[in-house]
Amino acid sequence: MKPQTLFDKIWTAHLVREEPGQPCLLYIDRHLVHEVTSPQAFEGLRLAGRPVRRPDLTFATMDHNIPTTDRQLPIRDPIAAKQVQTLEENCREFEITLFDLNSPYQGIVHVIGPELGLTLPGLTLVCGDSHTSTHGAFGALAFGIGTSEVEHVLATQCLLQDKPRTLLVQVEGQRPYGVEAKDIILSIIGRIGTSGGAGSVIEYAGQTIRDLTMEERMTVCNMSIEGGARAGMIAPDDTTFNYLRGRRYAPANFEEAVAGWKKLTSDPGAEFDNTIHIEAAGLSPQVTWGTNPGHVAPIDSRVPDPAEFDDPNARKSAERALQYMALKPGTPLVDIAVDRVFIGSCTNSRLEDLRSAARFVKGRRVSSGVEAMVVPGSQQVKWQAEKEGLHHLFRESGFDWRESGCSMCLGMNPDILRPGQRCVSTSNRNFEGRQGKGGRTHLVSPVMAAAAAIEGHLVDVRQYELERTPSSNPT
Amino acid sequence: MEPFEKVHGVVAPLDLPNVDTDQIIPKQFLKRIERTGFGQFLFYDWRFLEGKTLNPEFELNQERYRGARILVARANFGCGSSREHAPWSLLDYGFRCVIAPSFADIFFNNCFKNGLLPVRLSEEQVEAIFQRVRKTAGFRMTVDLQKQQIQAEGGMSYGFQVDPFRRRCLLNGWDDIGLTLRHEDLITQFESRNAPLLTLPSV
Repeated sequence: MKPQTLFDKIWTAHLVREEPGQPCLLYIDRHLVHEVTSPQAFEGLRLAGRPVRRPDLTFATMDHNIPTTDRQLPIRDPIAAKQVQTLEENCREFEITLFDLNSPYQGIVHVIGPELGLTLPGLTLVCGDSHTSTHGAFGALAFGIGTSEVEHVLATQCLLQDKPRTLLVQVEGQRPYGVEAKDIILSIIGRIGTSGGAGSVIEYAGQTIRDLTMEERMTVCNMSIEGGARAGMIAPDDTTFNYLRGRRYAPANFEEAVAGWKKLTSDPGAEFDNTIHIEAAGLSPQVTWGTNPGHVAPIDSRVPDPAEFDDPNARKSAERALQYMALKPGTPLVDIAVDRVFIGSCTNSRLEDLRSAARFVKGRRVSSGVEAMVVPGSQQVKWQAEKEGLHHLFRESGFDWRESGCSMCLGMNPDILRPGQRCVSTSNRNFEGRQGKGGRTHLVSPVMAAAAAIEGHLVDVRQYELERTPSSNPT
Repeated sequence: MEPFEKVHGVVAPLDLPNVDTDQIIPKQFLKRIERTGFGQFLFYDWRFLEGKTLNPEFELNQERYRGARILVARANFGCGSSREHAPWSLLDYGFRCVIAPSFADIFFNNCFKNGLLPVRLSEEQVEAIFQRVRKTAGFRMTVDLQKQQIQAEGGMSYGFQVDPFRRRCLLNGWDDIGLTLRHEDLITQFESRNAPLLTLPSV
């Protein structure tokens, strides 16, 4: 038999119907739902008199528009409150499990799926959110969909899909000091551009990827969409199985399941439509300077000069970005002063992210004039972090410690930048106005964000002594 | 879904690459639970200055583009967030067709589900349209999905390709869910074959 890619294996196993000249009908094993992209889908079902086909495979939480302050208080924004209430009503009516604001399992949908063991190797998983690519870290085929497709999955547990192309990103070698998972994915986006992965599913492979923890793999897969790809995936291995063992919704016959999951790798000689190779040794900590994630550079470089861009559209885009970001070409990136620091989002709000930032801020103070906040990805992350005392380290150094949610990654809730403010953020998008109208965003890793908060400007973390073991306890 | 056969109308330009869905419809407007009424918020942060005055610098606000039905844009249009509010707001504003050299995947899909036609043309063809739009106030084109042809005065004529299945759905205004449910027996068979994998532990 022809050698198959990991993607081919999952795709083929989920084909319900395949006809030439038509998109395939693909079965969906898990459907995650949140308050923002689902109300119109449920309304569509009601109008057509259709039930939810598999409420047992559908799980919901609220994360996008909820405040990260005191949970006991009502949501002030009446439109946001109505959207949250609508999700509660829809889950009740259609008998869907909801992890609501009072649940110990509430959190960002892409943090709780893996945490609860809902995300498993070999599954197809979708959600009305582009960062669904996160779940591919487990060797699942996971991608974001629009609201019409949410309705389609609710009604049929399937999706009509054209088979995407495949892109292999092979990262080899040991990553240098100070280089985090976030720096790996930002470097990849810098190289392929924001549409380099369009129409493709990326498989990340190579020793550097194998050496990543599960949480680091999620950071990498999370930003596949920022490179234009629908999905990113990593073949499951012992790291994956060890993470999943004992999780709430992990299979009861776990070891039997593991035996099956071990077959989920790309066969030797499997063909990809495209391949790129990256040497980890050449990577350095990254920071974005512009208004899309492809506007990225090593921290020890300077703000680029748009005049040096060959492509006229790229030049125009860079000129506009620098104007929006209020940056001058040639400025060393480490000279950029910051007003706000945000540690959170589905990219970097997991326990290891918080540990890495906490280790850095321990015994140091947030620079005067900088507002810094940490928003854990889920109630479980928050609970575990508090058990380890991380919240004390953050608070003692001057960070705000919040409740879980998407928060200032997209600023749908009250956590937003004021016009002109500059924020160093561990999130995934530096689009104009993303974190608040007129706000300016620089994307970095958690340790780089922590360092920027302490110094009051962007810094190269390699000048400090960093502990390199992500799983060690800082307290 | 409203069927799409052809659209004839004024063409408006948006001369930027990588226009993301956060720009098309900013997040503060995603809290509504309706599908309609998003047109007033389209390109909100670009269209409006403080206090809801129209930004005269933003090209779409010029009188010559009033009532535009076709938007011509640059590469990777609609990147970023999966929010379907993006095509909803373009449609509600009055657009039925977006022309660009390339589109982001999720946005491209979402358009077809709502009767908004995304047309891919080459960089050169898109550039030629930009030039005509700028030169001629009130420049109009006809985009014909049946013939897969774009035409404008002065002999401008481009063919374009749309996936045959999507084209048929759009021309007929078909509902995807209805089409899929015609194969419900296959879905049920798939579920029986894979029942153990589709059974979650009870917690």
